[in-house]
Amino acid sequence: MTEPSDGPLKRTPLYELHRELGARIVPFAGYEMPVQFPTGILAEHAHTRNACGLFDVSHMGQVRLTARPGHNAAAALETLVPGDIAGLQPGQQRYTQFTNDSGGILDDLMVTSTGDHLQLVVNAACKDADLAHIQARLSDACEIEPMFARGLLALQGPQAVTVLSRLASAVAEMKFMTGAFVMIDGARCYVTRSGYTGCDGYEISTPADAAAPIARKLLSYPEVKSIGLGARDSLRLEAGLCLYGHDIDTTTTPVEAGLLWSIGKERRAQGSRAGGFPGAAVILKHIAESAPRRRVGLLPEGKAIAREGAEIVIAGKVVGAVTSGGFGPTLGRAIAMGYVERSQSANGTKVELVVRGKPVLAEIVPMPFVKHAYYRG
Amino acid sequence: MAVVKYSEEHEWIRVEGDTGTIGITQYAQEQLGDVVFVDVPAAGRKVAKGESVAVVESVKAASDIYSPVSGEVVEANAALAESPGDVNLEPMGKGWFFKLTIADKSELDELMDEAGYATFLKSLG
Repeated sequence: MTEPSDGPLKRTPLYELHRELGARIVPFAGYEMPVQFPTGILAEHAHTRNACGLFDVSHMGQVRLTARPGHNAAAALETLVPGDIAGLQPGQQRYTQFTNDSGGILDDLMVTSTGDHLQLVVNAACKDADLAHIQARLSDACEIEPMFARGLLALQGPQAVTVLSRLASAVAEMKFMTGAFVMIDGARCYVTRSGYTGCDGYEISTPADAAAPIARKLLSYPEVKSIGLGARDSLRLEAGLCLYGHDIDTTTTPVEAGLLWSIGKERRAQGSRAGGFPGAAVILKHIAESAPRRRVGLLPEGKAIAREGAEIVIAGKVVGAVTSGGFGPTLGRAIAMGYVERSQSANGTKVELVVRGKPVLAEIVPMPFVKHAYYRG
Repeated sequence: MAVVKYSEEHEWIRVEGDTGTIGITQYAQEQLGDVVFVDVPAAGRKVAKGESVAVVESVKAASDIYSPVSGEVVEANAALAESPGDVNLEPMGKGWFFKLTIADKSELDELMDEAGYATFLKSLG
């Protein structure tokens, strides 16, 4: 993820609230964002796992696609992503990736069908490039509406359902990876039961001017604490979720990244809509013959933390590198993920991670590190 | 009466006779955030002024700690292995990192006293 170096930093509708709450503000993807609040990342992480955390993710890009007469938005979007979009029923959400011609990943995104439209949520650092990409490829078929001023709040954790149900009782019945229009505090919002923590929870797309009032309302409940980007990263790492620009990028295919589950059967070889997305030849070959390398979980022994860039060594030979690594607060120990050659990627394989020039013993383990707690009904 | 001196890298050293106790300042721990691991130097290690001798891991990042003076490490704070959060709670108390025998006390003159460090912090804005 590249840090835009020019132009003033932007602010989300929650900037003033973050300041009031004593956030430490840092530049992130062109925005002034809270990295942590006064209680610190460990407390914020634990609070999200045990109760309910509120995250400002308004910096992410929301885009609405609407089919032009005689066209189909899902079919159009399928020319850019390997996910099964045409198969989305109204109210269903799916995770997919924009791929490039070599099968690499330009960005990863969530797509939700509202019936009349497709709603996309893309990464903040990629949103301008994503929008240009969509406009260049889909303008004939779709009306493309960037909604970058809207608010996006993530309410995550086991108490999220209890809290949000007080404001909109219908959300309690929603299942993981579904979305619905809901009135919250007088504003028409689009809520999905999804997130980036591995916890149960919601993402709430709000009109720009409703974001702060809804955030304040949610924070008025004793279960809810405001959470910064620091804990967002440690939570997603424990959940084994990819961070764009680190664990996935233009050089990694979805198959190498362990995201094969997100490529619908209809889009694979012999599927009814096989291929037809950028880099399909490479990606379908990776599915058929296995990818040359694979993203794996890594559990280092001891206390040292192997971070992004640490080499992964087996028997004196470098077989890959760590792409995300840090302290997993729920486990109280270091965790990491990275890429290794496929032939060396079996769970239980012993490796060394090179941390500040010193080898740290580690083992390849399945992910997630912390069990997902999604609500599937 | 122990003398405490400060470096521009936000280490402190408390001098008692020929022995210096070294840690990081309140400002440094605030900047780092929650400390989850400290890699401290072993007793017997000879260190040079300005040498990277310890590493502090916070949830966010790893940071090098530089020895403010030259000398030989006589004791590392073993308790930090179990309670690294002491660095956040009491950076100048039980969150100390290591003790060394100071090789050249004239090196202390190049460090700041408390008032000088306070002025230095203000200059950082």
